[in-house]
Amino acid sequence: MAPLGKLALYGLGVIIALLAAAKAHDSLFAIHAWIFAIAGTIGIVVTAKRFKFAGDAPVDDTAYFDSVIQAGAIATLFWGIAGFLVGVIIALQLAYPELNFNLEFISFGRLRPLHTSAVIFAFGGNALLCTSFYVVQRTCRTRLALGNSAWFVFWGYQLFIVLAATGYLLGVTQSKEYAEPEWYVDLWLTIVWVVYLLVFLGTLLKRKEPHIYVANWFYLAFIVTIAMLHVVNGLSMPVSLLGSKSYPIFAGVQDALTQWWYGHNAVGFFLTSGFLGMMYYFMPKQAERPVYSYRLSIVHFWSLIFLYIWAGPHHLHYTALPDWAQTLGMVFSIMLWMPSWGGMINGLMTLSGAWDKLRTDPVIRMMVLAIAFYGMSTFEGPMMSIKAVNSLSHYTDWTIGHVHSGALGWVGMISFGAIYYLVPKLWGRDGLYSLRLINWHFWLATLGIVVYAAVMWVSGIMQGLMWREFDDQGFLVYSFAESVAAMHPFYVIRAFGGILYLAGALVMAWNIYQTIKGRKRAETPMGVPVAAAS
Amino acid sequence: MAEKEIDQISGIETTGHEWDGIKELNNPLPRWWLWTFYATVIWAVGYCIAYPAIPLITSATSGFLGYSSRAEVAKEITEAKAAQAGMLEKISASSLEDIRKDPELLAFAVRGGLSAYKVNCVQCHGSGAAGGGGYPNLNDDDWLWGGSLEDIHTTLKHGIRFQWDEDTRTSEMPAFGRDELLDTAQINDVSDYVLKLANLEHDQAGAERGAQIYQENCAVCHGEKGEGDREQGAPNLNDAIWFYGNTKPEIARQIHTPRHGVMPGWQNRLDEATIKQLTVYVHSLGGGE
Repeated sequence: MAPLGKLALYGLGVIIALLAAAKAHDSLFAIHAWIFAIAGTIGIVVTAKRFKFAGDAPVDDTAYFDSVIQAGAIATLFWGIAGFLVGVIIALQLAYPELNFNLEFISFGRLRPLHTSAVIFAFGGNALLCTSFYVVQRTCRTRLALGNSAWFVFWGYQLFIVLAATGYLLGVTQSKEYAEPEWYVDLWLTIVWVVYLLVFLGTLLKRKEPHIYVANWFYLAFIVTIAMLHVVNGLSMPVSLLGSKSYPIFAGVQDALTQWWYGHNAVGFFLTSGFLGMMYYFMPKQAERPVYSYRLSIVHFWSLIFLYIWAGPHHLHYTALPDWAQTLGMVFSIMLWMPSWGGMINGLMTLSGAWDKLRTDPVIRMMVLAIAFYGMSTFEGPMMSIKAVNSLSHYTDWTIGHVHSGALGWVGMISFGAIYYLVPKLWGRDGLYSLRLINWHFWLATLGIVVYAAVMWVSGIMQGLMWREFDDQGFLVYSFAESVAAMHPFYVIRAFGGILYLAGALVMAWNIYQTIKGRKRAETPMGVPVAAAS
Repeated sequence: MAEKEIDQISGIETTGHEWDGIKELNNPLPRWWLWTFYATVIWAVGYCIAYPAIPLITSATSGFLGYSSRAEVAKEITEAKAAQAGMLEKISASSLEDIRKDPELLAFAVRGGLSAYKVNCVQCHGSGAAGGGGYPNLNDDDWLWGGSLEDIHTTLKHGIRFQWDEDTRTSEMPAFGRDELLDTAQINDVSDYVLKLANLEHDQAGAERGAQIYQENCAVCHGEKGEGDREQGAPNLNDAIWFYGNTKPEIARQIHTPRHGVMPGWQNRLDEATIKQLTVYVHSLGGGE
């Protein structure tokens, strides 16, 4: 877009934002309008500083558009560490409630959605944005479509994250899990997301390869479905166009079902489909082996996206949701087991013929662990959707453990692997700063996940059993408060697991920083015993 | 487009596609994977036939097992009630004294009372019923409003200083200091006298001066020897049990501006059978009279 047009758009945006701030019905809306105004002002300053009267130099259309991917890799790490840190804080708040400090801004109720959104949407979202831009260019052998729009997607998405995060702390929420931001933030994200879709589709359309690679099917399914889920679940009526409160157009059990249709498919299409796209590119690249089965990739792709979208009602077992919907939610979840495992098989079997790399390449090790956790949680998920199991597991920490073996194990590890692969390529380095530090990261993260998931199994099952325990006279044996008190030791250990995981991410940040700086650590190569090498 | 070729390591043919160096092997679907997938689909179809599954225009198929989660809950509740085999009705119909005398009813009521206690009472009286911080200990035999079954029952039902219940137990110790009924020196002296009543360390001269003040201002409720009065919930001052502390400053503070504890009345929140069970449970803790 011409710089002058861009300046005009930014200017218009700033004026509208300032007017909204001045006329706002509540201070929270005013604060968010100010954030919009500040973002627009930054846009004006940056555009003006870069303005050249001679006109911009023509873009080399044969080169890949990688600057936005560099920014995305850094944003992924930044938000990842922020999200893990908040996770550690709320884990400690659960173990030691004094840490709420009686301040509403940092109470568990507000930090918890900050944590989930920071990890899923800020860390996971940026990882998906930057890897999808990288993968689609390489596998289509063409530059990203629509000029500089990828930069708009990147910065627009960061603005969405800032608006969502400040909203959580200030208490702006529409009270829908994983979809807390209010109507105006939803609208902004919709604009950004549509541009993302157009950039991705445009790149696919101008591809120089005859076929579309499987990774891109998964990325596209993720982008399209998230757009649909976000728009439908976000349908709401603002109380005022100058206020931060809105009400959803659905009510009662319809609202709950819409919410969990959204919520479960955020898992399905954001955390599964998107990251499978990532896996399908980075796993064969890192292993330098062909994908195991083309046929399996087709069959499991279509069966996965067809079945996943129906599985949401399993979040509402034994509620006001009609029995028939509960049944369908459950059977679709069971049928989802093998389609999910198709990705695991294709990922692991791609390593056949290259298993020895597990000894020497910690990045491969990370990816394999990611796939192993993917396989475990996609087995655990269908199992927990069975009503008999769910009646024990629902509302307990078992669910939290399940989510974290997926988020820390699968999403986290595959993203770390991808970033470790990407950074030397993007910055033109001939390798990472240190493979041994990756090994440290691997073990810290693995131990963290194992500790986390194991204590949540124990405490979740204990919680479920305590809640349903009757004595021979027919009275409940435990009160709710007693089950909370019994959780304390597990909450402490869980926080410890989280700290290990966070420590691993910090090691990674250091390693990546040094790699970008172009440094190389003097160390014994991996796979060679230290004694033999010295 | 690359040509189809045989992968050297696996001996499997590739599909002939290539993207950025990534090729694909033309492996078939793993058999175990495919058959497990089919099995889950067949199971799903079977489950949908057995259970409510397919939405129709105004209802849904009910499944040949005739399952409904509401019916299931109703059944479980009926079974739970049957397991208690009329015990709750018996409790409702029996007097507190009769419950206490019938070992079977007593055991049931104590267990049910404990269950209700854990949910409704622990917040103030503590999980071991030991009280503390201005909340009475229920394990001892020091009762403000009486420790008989009837007394405990009345307290539970109507509460103490509970403004929403007309029959609530109520009394109010005057704020001798705040309302300037006594001056600071007098409060100090009478505090010494209270310490003396409780056989605690005190100032001899102060206690002598305080004796007169006590008899004029305090004895009418707390009794001449500080033995208290359950009719109006006046605490016993000559025992070792103290609500708000037994040091001189703590006693003086209470005389200056008394704190008055509040307990909710439960008659509108719990049914009579539960209140009776709670009564029997609290009575059984050790101090019941």
